[in-house]
Amino acid sequence: MLRLEARREPSRAMLLLTPVLAVALTVLFGGALFAALGKDPVAAMRVIFVDPLFDPYSRSELMVKGAPLALIAIGLSLGFRAGIWNIGAEGQFIMGAVAASAVALAFYDVQGLWLLPLMLVAGTAAGAGWAMIPAVLKTRFGANEILVSLMLVYVAEQFLIAMVSGPLRDPQGFNFPLSRSFHDSAVLPVLMEYTRVHVGVLVTLLVVIAAQVLMSRHIFGFRIRLSGEAPRAARFAGVDRAHVTWACMGLSGAAAGLAGMFEVAGPAQQLAPSLPVGYGFTAIIVAFLGRLSPPGIVLAAAIMALTYIGGETAQFALGIPAAANETFRGMLLFFLLGLDILVRYRLVPKRREART
Amino acid sequence: MDLSTLDPIALIVSLIIAATPLVLAATGELVTEKSGVLNLGVEGMMVFGAITGFAAAVESGSPWLGFLASATGGAVLALIFGVMTQYLLSNQVATGLALTMFGLGLAALIGQPYAGVKPPPFPRLDLPLLGDIPVLGRLLFSFDAMVYLSILLVAAVWWFLARTRGGMVLRAVGENHDAAHSLGMKVVPIRLAAIAFGGACAGLGGAYLSLVRVPQWTEGMTAGAGWIALAIVVFASWKPWRVLLGAYLFGGVTILQLNTQALSLNPALPAGAGLIVVGLVWLGLALRAGRPAGLALAALGLGAAALAFGLAAPRFQIGSAWLSMAPYLVTILVLVVMSRDRARAALNAPASLGRVFHAAG
Amino acid sequence: MKLASTVLAAAAALALGASGALAQAKDHVKVGFVYVGPVGDFGWSYQHDVGRKAVEAEFGDKVETTFVESVPEGPDAERVIQQMARSGTDLIFTTSFGYMDQTIKVAKMFPDVKFEHATGYKRADNVSTYSSRFYEGRHVIGLVAGKMTKTNTIGYIASFPIPEVVRGINAAYLAAKSVNPDVQFKIVWVSTWFDPAKEADAAKALIEQGADIIMQHTDSPAAMTIAQENGILAFGQASDMKQFGPDAQLTSIMDHWDPYYISRVQAVLDGTWEETDTWGGFDTGMVQLAEFSDKVPEDVKQMAMEARDAIAAGTLHPFTGPINKQDGSPWLAEGEVADDGTLLGMNFYVEGIEGDLPK
Repeated sequence: MLRLEARREPSRAMLLLTPVLAVALTVLFGGALFAALGKDPVAAMRVIFVDPLFDPYSRSELMVKGAPLALIAIGLSLGFRAGIWNIGAEGQFIMGAVAASAVALAFYDVQGLWLLPLMLVAGTAAGAGWAMIPAVLKTRFGANEILVSLMLVYVAEQFLIAMVSGPLRDPQGFNFPLSRSFHDSAVLPVLMEYTRVHVGVLVTLLVVIAAQVLMSRHIFGFRIRLSGEAPRAARFAGVDRAHVTWACMGLSGAAAGLAGMFEVAGPAQQLAPSLPVGYGFTAIIVAFLGRLSPPGIVLAAAIMALTYIGGETAQFALGIPAAANETFRGMLLFFLLGLDILVRYRLVPKRREART
Repeated sequence: MDLSTLDPIALIVSLIIAATPLVLAATGELVTEKSGVLNLGVEGMMVFGAITGFAAAVESGSPWLGFLASATGGAVLALIFGVMTQYLLSNQVATGLALTMFGLGLAALIGQPYAGVKPPPFPRLDLPLLGDIPVLGRLLFSFDAMVYLSILLVAAVWWFLARTRGGMVLRAVGENHDAAHSLGMKVVPIRLAAIAFGGACAGLGGAYLSLVRVPQWTEGMTAGAGWIALAIVVFASWKPWRVLLGAYLFGGVTILQLNTQALSLNPALPAGAGLIVVGLVWLGLALRAGRPAGLALAALGLGAAALAFGLAAPRFQIGSAWLSMAPYLVTILVLVVMSRDRARAALNAPASLGRVFHAAG
Repeated sequence: MKLASTVLAAAAALALGASGALAQAKDHVKVGFVYVGPVGDFGWSYQHDVGRKAVEAEFGDKVETTFVESVPEGPDAERVIQQMARSGTDLIFTTSFGYMDQTIKVAKMFPDVKFEHATGYKRADNVSTYSSRFYEGRHVIGLVAGKMTKTNTIGYIASFPIPEVVRGINAAYLAAKSVNPDVQFKIVWVSTWFDPAKEADAAKALIEQGADIIMQHTDSPAAMTIAQENGILAFGQASDMKQFGPDAQLTSIMDHWDPYYISRVQAVLDGTWEETDTWGGFDTGMVQLAEFSDKVPEDVKQMAMEARDAIAAGTLHPFTGPINKQDGSPWLAEGEVADDGTLLGMNFYVEGIEGDLPK
């Protein structure tokens, strides 16, 4: 028998090796799955994992799909490091998108360079505000932030539906629950011609760098880490838990709201009930796959985006059903999350005398 | 306004049927959470139970075998989560979300040959004599066996948690796993059992959807019921009997909204009436126990206001989204009220919820 | 095959510009389909996939068809459509209203690829639109329902208050009323196209309110199953739902995309594809009725068939005056027939329907 033994410090080798191992295992099991469905497993793996990387358009779409995941996950990782669990990013994303859309539609007839910054402020503030509800309920009443933030996702989803079938509905849209398409000055500029890579992707990159600096060089980052890893020591060091909670929740909400604004003003250019496709929840997984570190999160977001884009191609190129792709993605996540243990623990043979 | 066609008993009967999958899934999740584990994969386990149950019932011709298979399917899926979080120490939130993705995908894959197939019927019990009693007969004795089983399950879970040694151990593990471990309790096996139980119940809830309430298999047919079950556990403040109340509240909002539309009736009317009934019962209980009755009075006042609004504008219809929001806001309110009183909160909410446990050495 | 075309003014102007760019005949076409739901939904997406298979059966080696299912109506749709266009697909059918702007956008970038968008109203040189006159089918089931209801109460499960759905309610109501002046419609809006549990609950609510016949404008067969369980009658939607309600289903209004899809693929093969706007009904075979059940009396069946044939022949229009709007204001004068423009934007109930149209 084997048992787990904690390592003194995380293994560098395993840090790099486990994702490779996880992908290898997924390829093995996923290949068996596809083969069982009568599809060519080698072709499937090529279409999902390799082809998108060598096609310029797919590469640009990886950024479009990966950016919101990375942006939200970066925000969440701050809180997760401090032991503050915001799992309502999906709701904050929605509120950011709704607020930004409301601004865009309120000034539908007015054009100007100030509109996008205003939308950005509205979206970020709405996301942060929505996240502050669980934060304040936590510090004021001790209500569990995991549960409150999760409940607020459902409220936000219904709010979005109420808005697009009410005040924000396209007056010429035949009652379809959709908003108008935004005016040009409410649409994010595109960075590369013939793609949908928008300014938001660049901003996401800057946020990632800022987060890396914040966490490694700044006293605030130190406080966050301290209050997550050693809450008692943090208290002695004069770290106010309530302030850390507000800061982490507020920042993660702001990031999610910003992602919502980018999504609606970038690729969507219109508010619709189908706008949220689970970025807020997927980003939680991305944050953990990236081991809560900014570079890791970027990599994890790219892998997730790859499976989505590759999965779509696998559907029309190889006829692999959407359900098989979803199962495949689930497997990949399980292997990635499960093998992560090898970074912090090592497998050693079980010896009776080891027990004291 | 024509109230003559409003049949409150029929309303309650359909409400109970609509709430049954929620009761089953939420009761299971309650046990899982009581052991200190937060499994967000309820939706995935439910939909997986819906298809395993459906497939087994169709292949064998027996809905009972279907329910058995759904419980097994849900438990097996839950055990993936269990192994991941208990042995491989992966994060529970992330793993639960991954479980939902995996469950939805795998269920859709297995279910492909079953779209458009009719399951064997699951008859109502039709108890002789009892079912013929006016009013009460329909209200109490007109259901299928799973409805009664779901209520029995709630009772059994309550009894187990409150009255047995096993229940005490489970709660201790959920409260403080390190202390429980040092007292010699086997934290990991106990949690695995609780996780499997939660999965089995979620599977049953899914199968109730695919075999009784809808009855058919369609991809993604749970349509968010698993997430509602998670909310109900919180609403119930981890108390089994309140799960019933929560499930009826959440299920009731949909039923109310559909029925009042069919009636062209302001939903505030029946909602107000319901609130007043609940408020009165609550007030009675509080007075008997000598507890402060402020919240019960608030419920009564709110009910009266709703009723007055309903009478003043009998044909008013509210957008369904606003109505669907309400139970979640109530849940947050309940959570806040409960957490405010730390001593009482500690009795209900498992303190180790979501924390990783690894016994060193 | 003759296809009825409703050409709005703006489209006509665009079409003139398009006719210059005739493509050459091809001996092989690649056809792509984008679906909003899973192909196993037994409703909207399922029926489009039936059409795709019909194309394969018709042309054999000359076509290659592909599809992507469960594509959300948003940024993801644009990528899927574009990836399809890039991979050498000649003709792409985007089968949900919410793909409208994405289809137009991608079409601009790929002028050589032909696009067909279902139920939308925006067109371009290489984008056609197509939809079915489902309301013609609703007229026929309205007649049958009016004749067969015993409680004079018809239950109607509606999704969203868009013109398509409102038109269906009005058509069915007017027809039912014409054969049964006492008939009453109870309408429940479920705010979803696909949620089996909610649709089932809506059917139960309607049955409790005395409905003995259920009509639906949602995609899952849940309501049919509930009708079967409760021993009442119902009409199927989108596909033949007889297997879900062998005793309950009277008939079903079936989306029948096969003839349209085959004709459009043929047009690409021949090099005669042009931007069009097609709104086909019984006359084109795009709307069909499933076989009537034995429960429908012979004389009612006769009447229904006659109505169907008259609509197909163009001698009967389901919206023929005199018709008043719900508030009593006149809409169509005696003998006047509704124009397609009003039908396409229909946002009011006709006189006699109770309740308010959700805003």
